[in-house]
Amino acid sequence: FVPGCFSVLVPQATPVAVFKLSNDFKEDPNPMKVNLGVGAYRTDEGQPWVLPVVKKVEKLIVADNRLNHEYLPILGLPEFRSSASKIALGEDSPAIQENRVGAVQCLGGTGALKMGAEFLRRWYNGNDNMKTPVYVSAPTWENHNSVFANAGFEDVRPYKYWDAEKRGLDLAGFLGDLETAPKHSIFVLHACAHNPTGTDPTHMEWTQVAEVMKRRKLFVFFDSAYQGFASGCLDKDAWAVRYFVTQGFEMFCAQSFSKNFGLYNERVGNLTIVARDADNVRRVLSQMEKIVRVTWSNPPSQGARLVAITLNTAELFAEWKDNVKTMADRVLLMRASLQAKLQALGTPGTWDHITQQIGMFSFTGLNPKQVEYMIKERSIYLMASGRINMCGLTTKNIDYVAKSIHETVVNVQ
Amino acid sequence: MALLKSSKIISTVGLHPPLGILSIRASSWWSEVQMGPPDPILGVSEAYKRDTNPKKINLGVGAYRDDQGKPYVLSCVRKAEAQIAAKKLDKEYLAIGGLGDFTKACAKLALGDDNEVIKSGRNITVQTISGTGSLRIGANFLSRFHTEARDVYLPKPSWGNHTPIFRDAGMQLKAYTYYDPKTCGFDFQGALNDISKIPEKSVIMLHACAHNPTGVDPRPEQWKEIADLVKKRNLLVFFDMAYQGFASGDIDRDAWAVRYFIEQGHNIVLSQSFAKNMGLYGERVGGFTVVCKDAEEAKRVESQLKILIRPIYSNPPMNGARIAATILNTPDLYKEWLGEVHGMANRIITMRELLVANLKKEGSTRNWKHVIDQIGMFCFTGLKPEQVERLTKEFSIYMTKDGRISMAGVTSGNVGYLAQGIHAVTK
Repeated sequence: FVPGCFSVLVPQATPVAVFKLSNDFKEDPNPMKVNLGVGAYRTDEGQPWVLPVVKKVEKLIVADNRLNHEYLPILGLPEFRSSASKIALGEDSPAIQENRVGAVQCLGGTGALKMGAEFLRRWYNGNDNMKTPVYVSAPTWENHNSVFANAGFEDVRPYKYWDAEKRGLDLAGFLGDLETAPKHSIFVLHACAHNPTGTDPTHMEWTQVAEVMKRRKLFVFFDSAYQGFASGCLDKDAWAVRYFVTQGFEMFCAQSFSKNFGLYNERVGNLTIVARDADNVRRVLSQMEKIVRVTWSNPPSQGARLVAITLNTAELFAEWKDNVKTMADRVLLMRASLQAKLQALGTPGTWDHITQQIGMFSFTGLNPKQVEYMIKERSIYLMASGRINMCGLTTKNIDYVAKSIHETVVNVQ
Repeated sequence: MALLKSSKIISTVGLHPPLGILSIRASSWWSEVQMGPPDPILGVSEAYKRDTNPKKINLGVGAYRDDQGKPYVLSCVRKAEAQIAAKKLDKEYLAIGGLGDFTKACAKLALGDDNEVIKSGRNITVQTISGTGSLRIGANFLSRFHTEARDVYLPKPSWGNHTPIFRDAGMQLKAYTYYDPKTCGFDFQGALNDISKIPEKSVIMLHACAHNPTGVDPRPEQWKEIADLVKKRNLLVFFDMAYQGFASGDIDRDAWAVRYFIEQGHNIVLSQSFAKNMGLYGERVGGFTVVCKDAEEAKRVESQLKILIRPIYSNPPMNGARIAATILNTPDLYKEWLGEVHGMANRIITMRELLVANLKKEGSTRNWKHVIDQIGMFCFTGLKPEQVERLTKEFSIYMTKDGRISMAGVTSGNVGYLAQGIHAVTK
């Protein structure tokens, strides 16, 4: 007798690719192995890096006896929400001054996307309209598809983005898809450091995108997971988001503090909402509360406290910006090194895209056969798409990686 | 692929409102978004905060308070935090299913160290965003994989958030008799009658201990009969255990029903929260367990739970789980924790006794025995909504409309005033 068994056989699900890659890397005995898979920062020693400012603030928190572990409000820690939105929109953002910005503290960038998606399904373009098309870039972070599909959207489609031939942005294709998308379609835009291609539109290109989106009444949903991490400068990396605000859009921006604060496992995120006026913000937030309540009730306090203290204390804020620049600079150095080495080796093809692309990731252009060769013959682990995490490169392994890429390109077609 | 169904009306796409309306509606995407009502439980605290009466008492939300009415950070938690800080750990992502040290200990705590289920590896336990997150993952899992039955039977009454969680996940809500307002106790016969009529394979929600909101728990002999009946009806048991240790003060006693059901062969699903028993409220520490028929099924279920979790928040927060794991896995911290939980439960029991004594002193002739018989953080006073409203308006004593009070908000300092107020509105 086995009561309460599930009525259907629960099938084994295929594992999420990026985690399987990490597992395979862990099990590889080759001492030369290199993990260019998962997207987390590594030092030149190949180690995770807890930001010095984070260590400092953690000590402050542990020492402060006035702090406790009480529930946060449903929408999160107020000082976190407002300072996080300021980071995205700018201190002097007109939208903030006009009191038409709201925010929901969420569990990482994923959680922010989730809350935004759930809200849009319920309240955007009608009520519970599952048919509103949601466009994600081709390619994009694979979880974008699942987040929106699981929120109920039945029509999640790609918009042209990466041009594999010229290894850059397919602007004409992108604009073309914007022109033909059904009105009110939702578009998920990467604010900077596009994942996985590392290819961002230029300012001029962003203005063209904005023009079409405004004219065709498309919904702007920014995913901002790398602010500061891309160029090393917070304001530079927020240019697109802020430009869209000046153009009068009502929009969502899902922010992650996983990478730029190195707080991966504390799940610190923020959904910034820019609306027409304060009254709209108020009503939107009240409905966000209901969605939060049936998902996680209220968000985790530790990470948000840490970020709030840092952003709201002048010296700590300065130190944080410095830590962020350290990370971004190391990535830029590895890009320059890799490109130089490939050129010096005379590796067939052009490798300028390595330094032109921005952020943690680079779309190398290696095809699946070449990727397989890299993994099997060289123990260099990268995604089947050819995506590498620049943070996996160090001064110690970059020669090995460059030589391996060279060999692979020459021997495997 | 949409699995989150909603009962709301789906409007058609492509409506073209007349031009006049269009120009007004075009001002915001959100013009039609209604103002949501305040949360019935958390809204009480909001109202309390606004009240300027120095004698005000907040008996709304279920968060433990010490005898000074202050939040209580457990000593074992502070020690665990210090230990963790000294280790200088990194902040790398946890696995989707959470911290292994935590999930293993979490399962052991609920099922017992030597439980056959754990030994044979036929449970899967994932770390969740406290109790709410656990219930939500569970609801999503059942909605996707338990497709022969869509109904979840809740006890009448149940925690207010159970219904919207299951509904949002696409399940249908029904109820079985539980609370007897005449006795302020358990309506055992009523429950058995209703349960005997529940269609096979339906999901039945049981509060493992310290029923919320009534504080009324079945006695062991009654649990045995319920287990028997549920087996006969072939129901899928969903245990919600948010107060292990907090009810009687004894961890094992409070988990007795869960362990008994498993012993009797029920393959349950279980939600656990460490918000109250470790005082880790805002750190969001919880677990969701599925007891499967064997280890192979557990692996398949685990893979599907990960698929459910990833598009919600990718992986869970570390801090609270690390604290809980440290406490559960360090013998002297674990011992200290058991003592502190016992202490919290005892203070509540003492307050119950004090409240009844004070009511008698005020001259109340009503039967207040249920205040002592009920268990856990909450007391279902039996007060009617009009009486609750008077208590709030005239005495600044805040509780939920259903007459539920959080005993944790009662102190030796305010119990006299509370008794005064209750007597005034019930005499």
